Formats: sequence, C-alpha cells, structure tokens
Amino acid sequence: MKVLKIIKNGILSENPVFRLLLGLCPTLAVTTSANNAIGMGLATTFVLVMSNVIVSMIKGFIPAKVRIPAFIVVIATFVTIVQFVMAGFLPELNKSLGLFIPLIVVNCIIMGRAEAFASKNNTFLAAVDGIAMGIGFTLALTLIGGVREILGSNTFFGYLVLPQSYKPMLFFILSPGGFFTMGVLLAFFNWISSRKKEA
Amino acid sequence: MDFGRLFVIAISAIFVNNFVLARFLGICPYLGVSKKWDSALGMGIAVIFVMTLASFITWIVQHFLLAPPSGKYDLTDILQTIAFILTIAALVQFVEIVMKKAMPDLYKALGIYLPLITTNCAILGVTLLNIKNDYNLIESIVFGISAGVGFTLALLMMASIRERLESAKVPKVFKGIAIALIVAALMSLSFTGFSGLIAE
Repeated sequence: MKVLKIIKNGILSENPVFRLLLGLCPTLAVTTSANNAIGMGLATTFVLVMSNVIVSMIKGFIPAKVRIPAFIVVIATFVTIVQFVMAGFLPELNKSLGLFIPLIVVNCIIMGRAEAFASKNNTFLAAVDGIAMGIGFTLALTLIGGVREILGSNTFFGYLVLPQSYKPMLFFILSPGGFFTMGVLLAFFNWISSRKKEA
Repeated sequence: MDFGRLFVIAISAIFVNNFVLARFLGICPYLGVSKKWDSALGMGIAVIFVMTLASFITWIVQHFLLAPPSGKYDLTDILQTIAFILTIAALVQFVEIVMKKAMPDLYKALGIYLPLITTNCAILGVTLLNIKNDYNLIESIVFGISAGVGFTLALLMMASIRERLESAKVPKVFKGIAIALIVAALMSLSFTGFSGLIAE
C-alpha cells in the first residue's frame, strides 16, 4: 500500500514541477521540444534513483554534520556518469542540452529527495520514491516541451502537426515563451485542484 | 589587456544573455526570494560576491589542478563537475565563517542567504561557462561580476513588481508563483530587445 501511495505522491499530489516547484531551471531551459524534455527527464530520473538508493544505504554511517557535502559527492558522481553516457551514445541530445547536464548536480529535486526522503527510509522505498518523482518530473517536462514545440515550431517529437502553410509562433520556443507556458500551465493545475476541493 | 572585450563580456552577461531571463539559470531564488525588496537586495549582493570569488577560484582549480599547464594529464571530463561543486560548497562555507567573525553586521544581513547559494545553479553555471568559453583569469572574474549584477538586476525588478502585485486583483488560480511567471515572461520579452546590442 505504501508503495502505491509513494508513486501517486511523486506523479500527482507532490509533482516536483507543478506542486513542489522544484528544479525550475532545467524545466524552463530545455523544454523547447518534447524530445529534449524527455531526454532531460530521463537523465534526471537516473541520477535521482541512483542517488536515492546510495544515500539510503549510507545514511547510517554518515555524520549528520557532513551529510550535505556527502550527498553532493554522490549526486555529482552519477551526473558525471550521465555526462559520459550522453556524450558517447546521444551526441545530438548532449549538444542541445549542453550546460544543463552538469547542472543536474544542483537540481533541487535530487538534493531535496535525498534529504527529505532517502535519508529517512529504507533502500527499496527510496528507489520507488526516486522512480515516482522521476516519472513525475519527466511527465511535467514533456507536457511543457510538447506544448512549446507544437505552438512554437509546429512539430511534435519532430513530426509536423499542422500543414506547412501554418506559421508557428516563434515566441514559444524563445525564453519568454518558457516562462509564459509554465505560468499558464501552473494556473491550470491550480484550477483543477481547486475544483477538486470544492467538489 | 583588451578593455573592449571585457566591456562586451560585461554587457552581454548583464543585458543580452541575462542569466535569469535569457539563460534560465538561478530561477529558484529568482522566484523564491523576490517577494520583498530588502531580501532580494541581500540575496543579490551575496550572489555577486560568491560568483566573483567562485569564478576566480574555479579558474585556478581548472588550470592548475584539473588540466595543469604542463599538459601531463587532463581530468576535465571526469572530475570537473565534482571538483567545481565541492569548491563552491567549501567556498560558501568559508565565506560564512569569515563573515561571521570579521563582519558580524554584514553576516546578519546576508547570512541566511549564503547556504542557499550552494545549490543556486547560476553559480555553477558561471564557473562552467568560464571554462567553456576559454576565458582567461581577468575575463572570468569580469564575467562572474557581471553575471551576478545581471541576476541582481532581474531579481530587484521582480521584487519591486511583486510588492505591487500583492495589492493587485489577480485571478485566484494565478495567485503566487503563476502570476510571477507571467511577469517574468513579460520581463524576458523586453530583455530580448537587447539582443541587437552586440553583434556576435
């Protein structure tokens, strides 16, 4: 039962992007297309799961005072692995995500889950939490990326949506469009949850 | 020394490629600490300070430890991320301790923002960009200062708008962060106007 609750938490009721508002930098920066969004989401999920697992394993013998630097080293190690894998197997994605791959280290979701969940729970639950939060993050990113890609370049995962004669609104793939899309989607989810409460 | 080039780096980091509004670095503090003008100013100054120091120290780490001038080895790929984030974390801790002892007044004003800075992606972003753009030591420091100034500028603008938004009639679902993001979109749109300022 607890597992189901953790999964629901990560994807819906505590969605890292739309509910906890964590990790907004990559959320806005890499969501110019659905493809980039999924790539970033999966990379973050990998780091999140692995760091949750390791942190929950070492929580017993890390003194409380140095736990934050210890967590940072664990996270940075897995980010370096991701950097190598991306550069080796997905050079194009690596190029378009660019600076934001090393910056996964400072993504507050990962540190936040290590501190708030993994350092208090057993390894299995920590792994489940990492997967659930990762899926929640990936879904949110893909949603934003999809909206921006459809409106901004008239494609979805690279496929044409409307006939070529339709002129896409460039605004949405430029930086102001990122803030705008995120703001409107956030208001939309606020609206849904406020309706649920009333009903 | 080429002052023209330094000037271009500064203008580009403050206006054209503003860290918050064009590069999306440091969004968390931009939305989190921009409710009040005073705290925004404190955060901004703390960021400028740490960014400048971090640019200086990580440049030395990169060019003397990770990839020394002798060219015997190059650990950039493997260790850069870990080395830089640890350097920044240690630096922030060090600044906190020194400030507490030597400048207690300043510590009272800025102290609470310092721990937050370690996970501010703008700091790590500056240091990584310094290396990626092949800046020399002086250019790195100038880039660090101007990135911090650009961040502070965006943060202060946001704070002054949000103080007025408090009393504005905002639709219920847009209250809080949602309307702040819309404001940020408008601000970012106006900053794209600077993009013609520098011919790449």
